[in-house]
Amino acid sequence: MTNSWTDIKNTDLVIVMGGNAAEAHPCGFKWVTEAKHHRGAKLIVVDPRFTRTASVSDYYAPIRPGTDITFLMGMIRWMIENDKVQWSYVKAFTNASFLVKEEFGWSDGLFTGYDEEKRDYDRSSWEYQLGEDGFALTDPTLQHPRCVWNLLKAHVDAYTPEMVERVCGTPKERFLKIAEMIGECSSPTKTMTSMYALGWTQHSKGSQNIRGMAMLQLILGNIGVPGGGMNALRGHSNIQGLTDIGLMSNLIPGYLNIPTEKEPDWETYMKSRQFKPLLPGQTSYWQNYSKFMVSFQKSMWGDAATAENDWAYHYLPKLDVPAYDMLRMFELMDQGKVNLYFCQGFNPLLALSNRGKNTSALSKLKLLVVMDPLQTETARFWENHGAFNDVDPSAIQTEVIELPTSCFAEDEGALVNSGRWLQWHWAAAEPPGQAKHDTWIMAQIFLRVRELYAAEGGAFPDPILNLTWPYADPSTPMPDELAREMNGTALADVTDPADPTKVLTAAGKQVKSFAELRDDGSTACGCWIYSGCFNEDGNNMARRDNSDPSGLGVHSNWAWSWPLNRRTLYNRASADLDGKPWDPERALLSWNGERWEGFDVPDIAPTAKPGEVMPFIMNPEGVSRLFSRGMMRDGPFPTHMEPFESPVQNVFNDRMRGNPVARMFESDAATLGTSDEFPFVATSYRLTEHFHYWTKHNKVNAAMQPEFFVEISEELAAEKGIQRGGKVRVWSKRGEVWAKALVTKRIKPLTCDGKTVHVVGIPLHWGFVGAAKKGWGPNSLTPAVGDANIETPEFKAFLVNIEPATGEALA
Amino acid sequence: MNIDLSRRGFLKLAGAGVAATSLGAMGFGGAEAAELAHVRAFKLTQTTETRNTCPYCSVACGVIIYGRADEAGKRRVVHIEGDADHPVNRGTLCPKGSALKDFVNAETRLTEPMIRRAGSDRFEPISWDEALDKIARALKDDRDANLLAANEAGVPVNRWSTAGFLAASATTNETAWLTYKVVRSMGIVGFDNQARV
Amino acid sequence: MTMAPDLDSPRTAVANPPVQPMESNLGQGDVVRSSAGGPVAENPRDLTDVAKLIDVSKCIGCKACQTACVEWNDTHPEIGINVGIYENPLDLTPEMYTLMRFTEYDNPDTGDFEWLIRKDGCMHCVDPGCLKACPAPGAIVQYSNGIVDFISENCIGCGYCISGCPFDIPRLSPTQHVVKKCTLCSDRVAVGQGPACAKACPTQAITFGTKDDMTALAAERIEDLKSRGYDNAGLYDPQGVGGTHVMYVLHHADKPSLYSGLPDDPKISDVVEGWKGPTKPVGIAAVGLAAVGAAAMALFTRSRVTPQDEAEATELVQEEMRGSGQPDDRGTV
Repeated sequence: MTNSWTDIKNTDLVIVMGGNAAEAHPCGFKWVTEAKHHRGAKLIVVDPRFTRTASVSDYYAPIRPGTDITFLMGMIRWMIENDKVQWSYVKAFTNASFLVKEEFGWSDGLFTGYDEEKRDYDRSSWEYQLGEDGFALTDPTLQHPRCVWNLLKAHVDAYTPEMVERVCGTPKERFLKIAEMIGECSSPTKTMTSMYALGWTQHSKGSQNIRGMAMLQLILGNIGVPGGGMNALRGHSNIQGLTDIGLMSNLIPGYLNIPTEKEPDWETYMKSRQFKPLLPGQTSYWQNYSKFMVSFQKSMWGDAATAENDWAYHYLPKLDVPAYDMLRMFELMDQGKVNLYFCQGFNPLLALSNRGKNTSALSKLKLLVVMDPLQTETARFWENHGAFNDVDPSAIQTEVIELPTSCFAEDEGALVNSGRWLQWHWAAAEPPGQAKHDTWIMAQIFLRVRELYAAEGGAFPDPILNLTWPYADPSTPMPDELAREMNGTALADVTDPADPTKVLTAAGKQVKSFAELRDDGSTACGCWIYSGCFNEDGNNMARRDNSDPSGLGVHSNWAWSWPLNRRTLYNRASADLDGKPWDPERALLSWNGERWEGFDVPDIAPTAKPGEVMPFIMNPEGVSRLFSRGMMRDGPFPTHMEPFESPVQNVFNDRMRGNPVARMFESDAATLGTSDEFPFVATSYRLTEHFHYWTKHNKVNAAMQPEFFVEISEELAAEKGIQRGGKVRVWSKRGEVWAKALVTKRIKPLTCDGKTVHVVGIPLHWGFVGAAKKGWGPNSLTPAVGDANIETPEFKAFLVNIEPATGEALA
Repeated sequence: MNIDLSRRGFLKLAGAGVAATSLGAMGFGGAEAAELAHVRAFKLTQTTETRNTCPYCSVACGVIIYGRADEAGKRRVVHIEGDADHPVNRGTLCPKGSALKDFVNAETRLTEPMIRRAGSDRFEPISWDEALDKIARALKDDRDANLLAANEAGVPVNRWSTAGFLAASATTNETAWLTYKVVRSMGIVGFDNQARV
Repeated sequence: MTMAPDLDSPRTAVANPPVQPMESNLGQGDVVRSSAGGPVAENPRDLTDVAKLIDVSKCIGCKACQTACVEWNDTHPEIGINVGIYENPLDLTPEMYTLMRFTEYDNPDTGDFEWLIRKDGCMHCVDPGCLKACPAPGAIVQYSNGIVDFISENCIGCGYCISGCPFDIPRLSPTQHVVKKCTLCSDRVAVGQGPACAKACPTQAITFGTKDDMTALAAERIEDLKSRGYDNAGLYDPQGVGGTHVMYVLHHADKPSLYSGLPDDPKISDVVEGWKGPTKPVGIAAVGLAAVGAAAMALFTRSRVTPQDEAEATELVQEEMRGSGQPDDRGTV
């Protein structure tokens, strides 16, 4: 989230699209009902199903799964056509005026540079025109035909309300009504907030869905302002934290990158990370990259990371592919190329796409280690549960070790919520039986491996032998010790760059914030964006002052948020070019002539003059991007792409299937179905009564929603002879499930490109262990293809068939 | 119901069957002295309170865990309720959060290390020591065999792709950081978390 | 900050519960009505009327009220099945005192689809039909703050309260042989806390406080709903039962029955209302047996009353009935 949960109360209009906040985030959704009750805010829901969020909305529109880009580009087109643009914001704070290379263009649904063979774009034309001084060329009048604004206008021209209806199935009058409601938020004193979740990410073009709304929000001037923003509602309690800390194949904590093979040495690695400003006077904060990176290396390898050895850069793995994400690992596993696999609080058998492939892949491992507080289907993938897990244990040679862990009630530490708040919690009970904390388990594994290397030698032991392990009891690293490492420490005195005699933080002390990090080896910091969370003031994440003098829900003294305890990202943009708040009634920050002051920590240097330094300091441009240059693999603007499995062809290019640059393994391509065999669009989702695959273990939640079902319209039920509460079989090219049928008015057939499209809704909470009735999940059916940029699987739009079930498949 | 029945008629209708066999069970006429009205004893009295955070979605609602020592002296969770002081949830909890106690105390919590041997149809207990030694040995052997020190061009790559690690989504930052250190130090590249699914 | 116990009644569920020992602030001294001539307080404290307000326009049907209720009251609803609807359990049970009920409604006036979701449960009537129907002295009491509570020790499991309830709320436990329903968390209210469901409710669709405050809050909500085009928005506080201590804000207050059959004009059955004196139980028995077969089962399976008790009671009743045997002045009820 750019903003916080409590900030939602400041909004005038909430759009829930690509999510279902009332069901998946009920207590956060309270801030929507609060805005409705006390601010008169309106709520719009756009969703294939009339959800429980829709049940309290002011206006609802249906949409075919996987067509959000068309809807959003249609919105942008309508805003431009009807002059619903926050012009001052767009001109000053976006790259609307930047000139783009002459070669850039779009036709037949594709941008320039497409290589069908490689399934990739040559992105070199997706770039600004640069002047001789290295700065980007701009036309502040927005007259130049190559300026971003005019290219955007041309790009969205095809997305008329009629086109939206044709592609999305959203009735034109519903689309137009929503456009009018959204258009009101182009006023500087009216804001809209976007609340989205995996309904947008779980598509082969998920990142572009989100780009689409971000662009709309920029055009309305709603980024950085109270009650506005792009609010990604993360799906799990600390997935924000695990992503911040970089537990992904290609990340280093704080959104730094693991190097690739093309960056064999430090110099090459840093060369592409200079982040020179693209306009004069801009901050381009990533220029500090080397300070964060060196401090990270020092945190990992301490004295073994020196200036002479390029901070032990050679210890880091170098990637040969963009990422060894989960989809790739299961593909490699299925090819027999993975021997050991660890699942720490993760149940991939059910959580990953195409379960049949997962079973096959796990069966090829030598050893699977599962650490979990609960029984999981993954740990028992080899166990026969009749139709629910129809395997032959004797044919599976994988050894499985299941290690019992503590759960939240039994451990201490911080979780990061969607609003980037790091909140500390304390243990209330002992873990049951022999269960242990994850930290103890990880320490035990590491210490034993280190011992083996120390005793036996072996392949490149240095990064293991030299890993810092500064814990009072090496076998039990304590939460506060680990939190302090992430905050960072001065290894030598840290002095003021302006006055080297002035010591800011003495050697051995915790650094105050990342502003004190250095790239000369004098500081260590595990995760630069968390720097400040646990400094000499103490554990700031444990703060519990819930007062809010702002009245805007800032709560600055409750816990701690990254970066620097800032609660709203880009908050400098809440004030105009002169530094006055766009809306005086929702004043977060203002320029007092000398510095920024207000209720939140400014997202800009405190003395950065408003007319000179632009608000988007992480971008070398200083402004936000309506045109994202070559940053995304599938285009600098979002363009309509069908799901890989779709009932209709792409209206712009009937040869194009799915996202033309999404990675597709051959084995997965072979399991894609077509609409002649699988005529219905399926989409998967959570129900409010359950959390993922966890609460089926809870007898109370199991009582609230005991049994697997699918949702279909009355029309589809009639067509197929399916009874309410009757059993159905649902199958895709990849598998089949049996479920109860929930026949509802809340799903209605759509008409897309002249075709009737039925949607089958498949909730995801059932498996073969736990308290709830045994069942299946959507991932027995979903395709193993990910988003082109970050490989999030396409769970939200795929094809199935359905029929009344005969026989007794359900145990 | 016909409400025009006379009282007599009604009595007749209700008649012998009920009145004769079970009138005593109806409890009137002083068959039993009535217990005085009282409410249930407040069940949180003399419990311990611990501030915690709901482990489910990313709203991260504040909760208070009410605990009490069991017979063996182990602290046990007896109730969980929203923290009214928390600025986001203000004491509220969703249907999952409201039932957290039965997640912590679920019958399917794991309580001892187990191993499933190749081809077996069951888990069997294993000691922590044995399990951890086995894991460490497997890591060491596979890493020694499969760590790619340099690619074909001779560029040092320190890459180990035959082992993989899926990290959780609800562990603490502190667990995550320790996990990061351990996994990265070994050169495991198949490292991912639950952000996407 | 915990509400001081000497306050006459809690205002809202805003503070964390106390863990220090506290005197219960609700008990026999506050009983203003008691079933079948059970004991009432001689000089009951005049507690302020409380109310739970359920704003269906804020309700997201999440069932947090249900799970919070289960956890607080330590009930054990069974893990049932899905029959093609969202309700689970499928109905109120002795282990599930409150239930989200879902209605799919195509509004003919607007052409829009609406999903009407209502939390069902005890309404805590000002004039409680259950209490009037109950033949067991002191099994159902009403406190001066309006809470209608079942005192299980006095309950004989006859089930007459079920037929006496115009909202069909109480449920007979086949194992405990007593009838159960929402207590409005009288144990929480007694220490200055609101009910568990109101505390949990994520969108604060359920709020708890004095009846005056809740009525004022409802008025605010109704105004907001009218501004959004719900011309018939209104408060459900049915006067047929003297008003209730659980009230609804409805978008369609002109048609309460749209919300899964919420009675448009609930009233206590004339049979229940009309019967007076010692023959009441028998009359109610007829009503009960006609309305709920379960009552009969309870009568025959209940174990707490010994055969000797039963014989003595039967004799006593028959004597009393003989004593007032002649037809009274009212020919009909």
